[in-house]
Amino acid sequence: MGVSLPTPKFMFWKNLGRSWYKFSRNRLSVVGLVIVLVVIVSAIFAPWITPYPEHAGPFVDFANAELRPSLRYLCGTDNMGRDIFSRIIFAFQDALLMAIVVLGLAVPLGVLLGLLAGYFQGRWADTIIMRITDIFLAVPPLILALAVAAMLKPNLMNSMIAITVMWWPWYTRLLYGTASSIKNEYFVIAAELTGANKFHIIFREILPNCLSPIFTKVALDVGWVILLEASLSFVGLGQQPPTPALGQMVSDGARYMPTYWWMTIFPALAIVFILLGFNLMGDGIRDMLETSRG
Amino acid sequence: METKENVLLDIKDLHTWYRVYGGYLKVLNGINLIVREGERVSLVGEAGCGKTTTMKSILRILPPGDFLIPKGEICYRGKDILKMNSREIQRLRSQEIAMIFQDPTAALNSVFTIGTQIGDVVKYSLALEEKRVHKEKIKMLSVKALKEVSLPDPERMLVNYPFQLSGGMRQRVCIAMAISSSRNLLIADEPGTSLDVTIQDQILRLLREIVEKKGTSIILITHSLGVAREMTDRIYVMYAGTIVETALTKDLFKNPVHPYTKGLLASVPKLSGGGLAKGIPGRIPDYLNPPQGCRFQPRCEYATPSCVETPPQLFEVEKGHLVACYLAQR
Amino acid sequence: MKLGSFLLRRFLLSIFVIIGLSIVIFVIARVVPGDPARMALGPRAPEEVVQTLRKEMYLDKPLPEQYFYWIKGVVRGDFGHSLVSKRLVLDDIKEYFPATMELAIFAGILMVFFAILLGVLAAQYKDTWVDNLIRIASYFGVAIPAFVVAIVFMLVFGYYWPILPVLGRLSPGITSPRTITGLLTLDSLIEGNFPAFWDALKHMILPAVALSLGGLFQEARITRSSMVDNMHKDFLAAERGYGIPEKTVMSKYLLKPSLISTVSIMGLDFASLLSNAFLVELIFNWPGISRYGINAMLHKDLDAISAVIVVFGVVFMVTNIIVDVIVALLDPRIRLSTARDV
Repeated sequence: MGVSLPTPKFMFWKNLGRSWYKFSRNRLSVVGLVIVLVVIVSAIFAPWITPYPEHAGPFVDFANAELRPSLRYLCGTDNMGRDIFSRIIFAFQDALLMAIVVLGLAVPLGVLLGLLAGYFQGRWADTIIMRITDIFLAVPPLILALAVAAMLKPNLMNSMIAITVMWWPWYTRLLYGTASSIKNEYFVIAAELTGANKFHIIFREILPNCLSPIFTKVALDVGWVILLEASLSFVGLGQQPPTPALGQMVSDGARYMPTYWWMTIFPALAIVFILLGFNLMGDGIRDMLETSRG
Repeated sequence: METKENVLLDIKDLHTWYRVYGGYLKVLNGINLIVREGERVSLVGEAGCGKTTTMKSILRILPPGDFLIPKGEICYRGKDILKMNSREIQRLRSQEIAMIFQDPTAALNSVFTIGTQIGDVVKYSLALEEKRVHKEKIKMLSVKALKEVSLPDPERMLVNYPFQLSGGMRQRVCIAMAISSSRNLLIADEPGTSLDVTIQDQILRLLREIVEKKGTSIILITHSLGVAREMTDRIYVMYAGTIVETALTKDLFKNPVHPYTKGLLASVPKLSGGGLAKGIPGRIPDYLNPPQGCRFQPRCEYATPSCVETPPQLFEVEKGHLVACYLAQR
Repeated sequence: MKLGSFLLRRFLLSIFVIIGLSIVIFVIARVVPGDPARMALGPRAPEEVVQTLRKEMYLDKPLPEQYFYWIKGVVRGDFGHSLVSKRLVLDDIKEYFPATMELAIFAGILMVFFAILLGVLAAQYKDTWVDNLIRIASYFGVAIPAFVVAIVFMLVFGYYWPILPVLGRLSPGITSPRTITGLLTLDSLIEGNFPAFWDALKHMILPAVALSLGGLFQEARITRSSMVDNMHKDFLAAERGYGIPEKTVMSKYLLKPSLISTVSIMGLDFASLLSNAFLVELIFNWPGISRYGINAMLHKDLDAISAVIVVFGVVFMVTNIIVDVIVALLDPRIRLSTARDV
């Protein structure tokens, strides 16, 4: 007559199924996921799947410069005769690398600071951390990144540094809000009363409950970091030629408009493609995580 | 007593379903309920049995788009509410029937003042009759309604926001909105259950006063038989979306017939000895795939094969006392 | 009313943050490798001249002292000299700032107006083709960066379909109005100079649309989802149940709480609007402070860079305060709650 008790393993698969249902309910999220996978796979296998991998380096072929898109050159060639399609795929590599490095540094830092500030709310740690965060958040993101990147030598690593520097505060602020409200929940107080040390409370009690907004934000942020990188390379900071970068390709190609429109439009479309993918997927992740936590 | 003339509300075989992942939650499975003029009726049942759904179906305030009423009629003075157009429905809501929600905090809009909210209720109930409604008149009626629920300093209350009030006061505001125009039927959904017991007692007393003074009919939804006994003349016992038994209060307590009703009565702990109360084993059914026959059958110790196949209909065992159980028909 | 103390606290906090910001920028600007004096004068300038300039720029003094001189100047309104334009940074700012502000305000108005309009439409016609169309448009609108939109506009309106101007603020041949506010549209209206007004307006349309698109669609979606969330709330059912007509319930009682989320992110969206201005101004050759800023950054024009950052910081602060005030006006819980911390 009773219902059989759900075991943890059973619940995991059931939850996964339900989570996938929630994610896939929105067909667009699945489209986003597909796009993201395409981008990642093509970036990883770029040297093997692009028709002209050597065009992503120092290569010139003026005989074939400025050719329209054709079967031979899917997106046409640029002013130096390089295949734009191959260069775009290679540009994905740096874009993703940038996102991984930046988020890999900024997220843990931001999360840690936010947790500390949130848990020690009202004490000096909170004030110091949050005021510093406020300072970095006082300027719109791109502006700060531009300034920092401009003042350092323009290359890929420096633009990564610049973006990381202005990215972590967003996570600090996010975690601050979440952590400071969770720390008043009963289970945290219970843990404190039973003598758990601060380390345990912050990382084993509070943090696990903050994970869903973090994941959602990270999924969406990959797209934004890539956009920021494209903005930086658009003005000439960031990855330097001949290595391809999407923003740089857009700005280089802009000079040849409207006759050789493909030199700008295709890299621009590639940026939109990436952003679209991560945005759609990120939305799906948000739907999946948020509703399951009620 | 059984004349058709003073029947106010007649719910006939109401089915209400909610649309969800995997199909429909078939919550209401044939509700039959009658309220007469001046009658005080209570709807008793455990959490999740569909009491609020029934009430929301009456006023047609179920969440738009997510529900389906495949069968049934809700007749108010003979007219089917489910078929009314928007003008008639609005008239019904502002002048005939009012519902007082269970959780007053959720029922009040937190970004508008009490004055705005109750003022609008008054304004639109008057607007049906009069062309232009004066602000002073609205204010006067609002204050009057607030006074009737014994709220202190009603004039000042008009500029307050809901979050500035205590739970009990919010509940009173909801009641004030319900009685701001003279209505014929009040539906009170578990009034005071989210508040502490003394406040709840006050609220119930207030409701009783109002109902007696104005001769309004009332449907009191509650999960407590004790409250039902004190407050109302007739009790409808509900389980998993069906009415399983109904009788005058005194008859129900004297002679419960349905196994569920008996189980409910036995679950109430008695102060006068008798040891621990005996509960009812099992849980409410899964509305996604409810049992085909009687919905109480999985938990019933007297179940018979016919109980599994078809749901029993309400059957009169004595005057005014109906039961939906094959047991009763023997 | 608590609003006053709320504002005061925010204001003081902002001052503190601006000061902190200036320190950070200053330090970064001075700490990075590269000799500003040398860069200003070029590789061929003789060493003594460079040395003189270094002394003038206090580059030989310790950092805190440099900061002190700089702040002293800033408080007096002297942001130093631009190495690029060779004049007072303050003058540069005075010239270019209004252009950007005009653009930003216009873009902001477009953004808010259409965001709410689209959001409400999408919520009202939920799950119909209207909603789906707006939703798909939103996905693209958010994914297409402002500079891409700008480039596409250049392509389309610059060459194929020249119905709108793509460069600058005013066409040659139109007399520009006297500078009163610096906002061309306002100034020309004040003077009654209608041809200039229309011309200035037309020039603003494309860059403003490019800037506002992303934020517009994002806010539209937030508005829609906020409204959809609230649609299921009990207070709406209660209000309907009490007899308030559907139209009023939808427009008044649903809209106000739903707008709270929208307004809350307006600050952020305005920030991205200002950020995107950097690239969009470059593309449309809009003579604004962002274009000036980019130039300064590429030439390592330290004083100009610091000044631009501080200016943007202040603008952003002010915007945030305004947004917070509006949110407080919409949501009484924020301004009247006594037991709230910062």
